[in-house]
Amino acid sequence: MPILQAETTEPSHVGDSFVVEREHLEQLLQALVSRGYEVVGPTLRDGAIVYDRLTSTADLPAGWTDEQSGGAYRLQRRPDQALFGYAVGPHSWKKFLFPPVQRLWQAARNGKGMRILPAEAPARPKYAFFGVRACELSAMAIQDKVYLEGQFVDPGYKARREDLFIVAINCGQAGGTCFCASMNTGPKATSGFDLALTELLQDGRHCFLVEVGSVRGAEILPAVPHEPASDADRQQAERILDDTKHHMGRRLDTLGIKDLLYRNYEHPRWDDVTQRCLTCANCTIVCPTCFCTTVEDVTDLSGEHAERWRRWDSCFTVDFSYIHGGSVRTSSRSRYRQWMTHKLATWIDQFGVSGCVGCGRCITWCPVGIDITVEAGAIRASDSMKAPADQSEDSP
Amino acid sequence: MAPMLEQTEVAAPGPVPDPMLPMPYRIQRVRQETDDTFTLEILPEDSSSRFSFAPGQFNMLYVFGVGEVPISISSNPANVPLLKHTTRVVGTVTKAMRKLKRGEVMGIRGPFGSHWPVEDATGRDVVIVAGGIGLAPLRPALYRLMAEREKFRRIVLLYGTRTPDDMLYRRELEQWRGKFDLEIQVTVDRAASTWRGNVGVVTTMIGRAPFDPSNTLAMLCGPEIMMRFTVMELLKRGVAAECIYLSAERNMKCGIGFCGHCQYGPTFVCKDGPVFALPSIAAILGKAEI
Repeated sequence: MPILQAETTEPSHVGDSFVVEREHLEQLLQALVSRGYEVVGPTLRDGAIVYDRLTSTADLPAGWTDEQSGGAYRLQRRPDQALFGYAVGPHSWKKFLFPPVQRLWQAARNGKGMRILPAEAPARPKYAFFGVRACELSAMAIQDKVYLEGQFVDPGYKARREDLFIVAINCGQAGGTCFCASMNTGPKATSGFDLALTELLQDGRHCFLVEVGSVRGAEILPAVPHEPASDADRQQAERILDDTKHHMGRRLDTLGIKDLLYRNYEHPRWDDVTQRCLTCANCTIVCPTCFCTTVEDVTDLSGEHAERWRRWDSCFTVDFSYIHGGSVRTSSRSRYRQWMTHKLATWIDQFGVSGCVGCGRCITWCPVGIDITVEAGAIRASDSMKAPADQSEDSP
Repeated sequence: MAPMLEQTEVAAPGPVPDPMLPMPYRIQRVRQETDDTFTLEILPEDSSSRFSFAPGQFNMLYVFGVGEVPISISSNPANVPLLKHTTRVVGTVTKAMRKLKRGEVMGIRGPFGSHWPVEDATGRDVVIVAGGIGLAPLRPALYRLMAEREKFRRIVLLYGTRTPDDMLYRRELEQWRGKFDLEIQVTVDRAASTWRGNVGVVTTMIGRAPFDPSNTLAMLCGPEIMMRFTVMELLKRGVAAECIYLSAERNMKCGIGFCGHCQYGPTFVCKDGPVFALPSIAAILGKAEI
């Protein structure tokens, strides 16, 4: 365990940027640990880069990258020892902020009555996310709208979200299925973080440009050896991000996309995609914004004790729309249409933003490689009902 | 660009109330309404409950260990905290609910959702079109209308059921008809030869129902296909789309906009509905599998 540095430097401020050498990144991680955070971040497991607990920067996938395309994900060795030289994997941070399975409450029968016992306040971990991509920050802001910014607030999500420390990482390369540039969500983290890193690897030097995004971020910096960033450092970071932006694996034209999809509920493309879609729900599970859940009620054998659990659900199941007498969306055509129209169109009416951040997970993890950018593009290309003066910009 | 949440440095004071936590209510009475419908009358165990609701809103009803279902409130909003829920036995939870007895306790969360625009009907004719159990969420609106009968012009209830025996709240409706100048027209899908009323779908009654289309507010609740054709008939008679309200129904797991199940096009039925003004859903009404 490295010894924390004495606080010798001038206090830093939101918006300041510094350089931290590769070997000192460990101190940042340990400073978070020593402040009681459970640090989670990218690590190698089962042939993929997933998000899990980090005990040191040695757990990061140094020297690895990924190759992604429709229905394909492969890890590859990098020629260098970059710590963040890959795109997003199958996990997203939602599994920490809104766990896949949660007990909501318990109830005990007492005579004819019942007592409802709130889920015991768990010794909840205070999370620090280490290596959050810009698209993922947008995804969190979108889930905030669901759980925090409406009429009702989810108390568990609120507590975890408020405690959260975010170390963002600006993307040094675009993945094969990335299209954050189209969705205006990346590749640079612009807000919603405590610290944002850009990995700089040049001429044998390996360091991080660190941007301070919050008071909390500024407060932790004295524990990490750092020096003020030079203009050259900042320019190098800008060049990297500019390069990433221009090498997106995918692009999506969002101009007027809400009305495009609203007027194409009966487009033949939905019949085409239904020939390929397995309704396996992978896209909804890997999506960082998908939030649908269901509940399960259970009792013990005595029947005196009941519990209510909430778990992730998917609009791709037939059960999802079940109402007395049958399901509303029985065809796979209608279920794919529901999902994609929700992501790209109805979400805008519901929450004021698109439900898609362009992370590309749904493309990579679709077992048959269905590509939301291609499907939306196909509908646009043969939009028979095109409104003549449709220049309205309703995309976010 | 998605706006980002600023990292809050200070936690909000006090714990956030958990909207998923049911409140215990004790059953005062179970009333069999028709062959497959029943009404539970319930009172909160917490005597300090300040529960109030608006006509058209619903509650999530929990049966111990079995599950939870959204059921509209069908009682008089002036009689809170006493609540009545008329329910049709259609699934696991409603079957278990039917077996509950007076004195037993169930869980209630609510009230949720939008409500009938009863106040907007002041000075106008009111046309209520109900199909089957669709009358249940409209009954609180009828209580309101009857309570201030003089504020409204003609009030017409067009009610369609499968058979004469499937009519809900029969005695109450007859009392209102006698006492408050409420025009009631009933039609059934099928009936024995002793039935002397209308046979046929409820939409056929709209053409000759006594109301002034230019000054009418319409409230509809029933099967989706019934509401769709009712809307067509009302529009045909000249009722403006923005004066037509309907109550939609979808699967719900939370009632508060978290679970996603009740999505109906761009809306969540649980929070944007269940009562919608026609223009807000006109584009998707009748579209299959939305």
